[in-house]
Amino acid sequence: MSTVEPVTVAGDAELATGHSVSRVHRRGDDSAVLRMSEAEAAQIGNDPSTYDDDERVLLNMGPSHPSTHGVLRLMLEMEGETVRRSKPVVGYLHTGMEKQAEQLTYLQGCTNVTRMDYASPLFTELAFSLATEKLLGIEVPERATWIRMLMCELNRMASHLLFMATNGMDLGAVGMMIYGWREREEVLRFLEKVTGLRMNHNYIRPGGVAADMHDGWEADIERLLELIPPRLEEYDILMTGQPIWRERLQGVGALNADEALALSATGPILRSTGFAWDLRRDDPYLAYPEVDFDVIVGSYGDCYDRYAIRLNEIRESMWIVEQILDNMPSGDYRVQDKKVTPPPRVRIDQSMEALIHHFKIFTEGYKVPEGETYAAVESPRGELGVYMVSDGTSKPYRMHVRGPSFINVQTMPHLMQNGLIADGVAIISSIDPIMGEVDR
Amino acid sequence: MSDDTSATDAAQSEEEGAPSGHDDNAGAGIRFGAIVEESLGDTVLHASVEQYLHTATAAHADGFALLVDLTAVDFLTYAGTRTLPDAVSAERFEVVTSLFNPQRRERIRIRVQVSAADAAVASMFDLWPGSELLEREVYDLFGIEFTDHPDMCRVLMPDDWVGHPLRKDYAVSSIPVQFKAASNIR
Amino acid sequence: MRVPGVGDTGEILDDGLGGLEHNFVTGSVENLVQWARSRSLWPATFGLACCAIEMMASGTAHYDLSRYGMEVFRASPRQADLMIVAGRVSQKMAPVLRQVYDQMMEPKWVISMGVCASSGGMFNNYAIVQGVDQIVPVDVYAPGCPPGPETLMHAIFTLHEQIQTGELVKRREASGGGAALMIEQRDGQTAGSSIGS
Repeated sequence: MSTVEPVTVAGDAELATGHSVSRVHRRGDDSAVLRMSEAEAAQIGNDPSTYDDDERVLLNMGPSHPSTHGVLRLMLEMEGETVRRSKPVVGYLHTGMEKQAEQLTYLQGCTNVTRMDYASPLFTELAFSLATEKLLGIEVPERATWIRMLMCELNRMASHLLFMATNGMDLGAVGMMIYGWREREEVLRFLEKVTGLRMNHNYIRPGGVAADMHDGWEADIERLLELIPPRLEEYDILMTGQPIWRERLQGVGALNADEALALSATGPILRSTGFAWDLRRDDPYLAYPEVDFDVIVGSYGDCYDRYAIRLNEIRESMWIVEQILDNMPSGDYRVQDKKVTPPPRVRIDQSMEALIHHFKIFTEGYKVPEGETYAAVESPRGELGVYMVSDGTSKPYRMHVRGPSFINVQTMPHLMQNGLIADGVAIISSIDPIMGEVDR
Repeated sequence: MSDDTSATDAAQSEEEGAPSGHDDNAGAGIRFGAIVEESLGDTVLHASVEQYLHTATAAHADGFALLVDLTAVDFLTYAGTRTLPDAVSAERFEVVTSLFNPQRRERIRIRVQVSAADAAVASMFDLWPGSELLEREVYDLFGIEFTDHPDMCRVLMPDDWVGHPLRKDYAVSSIPVQFKAASNIR
Repeated sequence: MRVPGVGDTGEILDDGLGGLEHNFVTGSVENLVQWARSRSLWPATFGLACCAIEMMASGTAHYDLSRYGMEVFRASPRQADLMIVAGRVSQKMAPVLRQVYDQMMEPKWVISMGVCASSGGMFNNYAIVQGVDQIVPVDVYAPGCPPGPETLMHAIFTLHEQIQTGELVKRREASGGGAALMIEQRDGQTAGSSIGS
């Protein structure tokens, strides 16, 4: 048994959920995590000596279940309707992206990582670009930084609207699916105008962004900012104050800050416990120190808090977007370093050097100096980090993505313990995992 | 251009110079029993396999409450030159553990050299239960075992998969692709 | 299908047999069955990755598959006719895919949505099955990464047309597996429209 004292960082007795952090350290049958292999699970009915214990049933949920959260499989050990232990089984979407990244150049790398967290792809692109820029030792122009910030905040809004939609649908508020997507389509339309694609944009690249904003983007953003707040009010009417919604989410899946930290959970899960941790404020990147925003924090660590945090984060993101709209600097949208940035297409006809640079950058790729680094951003799901090791060639030697969903999935058994299976659905939804990021 | 190379030269000389006590806020280049180094602005601790659990425990007691990331690197086909502090002998694998101290807002990274012959290190589960899935992933993709882990088994690949995909001697296994003119596009 | 002598709808007669010429439509059984099948395809979601998000988008208000009777995505394969494989199929998921396909009742169709499902896409490596047609017979391949809702709907309409004319069955018999229709990408059609419209 462990003799380590769990570190209590945020132990405010008033916010305690009644269970102590030691429950997440348990290893045996008293743990919430069902540590049973497939082979063992298959043998359960075969051993007559276990027949007396017919109280507990092993139920399999997934991997093919209504596709809101992708291919997650849960092995649930249940007593009636109550979940005692559970085991999230992942890997059904493992794509070998980290291995693939070793085959692609740094310029191509963003096309790969963008498909990890497919609900908010610009964040992974951003983290990858920040890590590459650290290794290259280049500095991105101011306008590019502000454009990145704008696009990331819009992506955060789109991701949280997706959460609203799928959370509603999972809990039976099927109309919420339609409402959430309606707003998301508007944001996606703006993203399509700027990046060319609705999803998986490959827009934020090492050195800046792929293209400048289109003419009239200010008017489009203003239109978006006029359009969405009244619709968020609709969500408040439809859900926030509604008794059924509250009954389904309040008190469900609660955890306290020490447990969340011990389980390495970040993002809305950690913030819902009352622990105010947001990388945009506490470990800033891009130009976040220059914009004003609040970090939304919950009190009870339950599903309702996570829902409310995400709803209000949409409002905070809109506030940040408004400030960016007022303060967007002029300048280059990417670093003017010929070795890293491809030349404008027009110059290729005019200059031999431009042609050679274009050729080298797109076929061989630019070489990045040796080193290792870690860069993290605050994605809608938590801390999204990229650990990159470079060996001096034009392809990353090792690229590891710290996907927040992969780590947040570990909280699932602890949140679901002793809850009903219907609450289990609410809990999975409130963790908001994106399986592309979990499995990579 | 020339600015780039001088910046990276400075970073590299910082890396090499750290153990001889250059301008490092941890004082003498040892912290929690591991050798300290600067890497592009990050604090890196080099611990040996035997030292690893002790270093992690000391860091945990010092307030590093959040285990951010736990991953591994296979240096088998590394094209550059590995610059490690003198007292650290390079091995094939490296286990990299990133930690975070929320009170001081400090990040550190612990790098442990793991040999291919004896690919096993201590598990961080008792200190940070959030390392469970991360260590399973390292085991699955690299074959490095974590002693005293509650459930040491594969997580991403199927249970009966043979081989550890992220090792450098495991091929990407891409298939050759022919592009034929599609004749029946609608 | 022939619709005999329908003129002005005001001429519908109350008298049953007397109104025989006006109040009925006729056609062959085969045509009626194909018409019904093509107009009420219920998709089984096999939403795996990014394409699943676009598939959900095509089911919601802006693109609205409900106009074609298809917004009921059935989670149970027993109740579904069409399997839209939306996303990349990993090695671990392949047996699950086959099992779900086997559980669907005949007649069933498969749309392979996106390049990852059609051919492995950009992930030509150890982890991804290079084309879902290695596991199930595919009727329509929809390209795109991800294909937008417009492309998915083009794929669905293609399938509807082919079912209705009976062409699909002929193609399947010819190939021995799926109909293997390839469509072109039709995205970007709403790109010019402004926000809020």
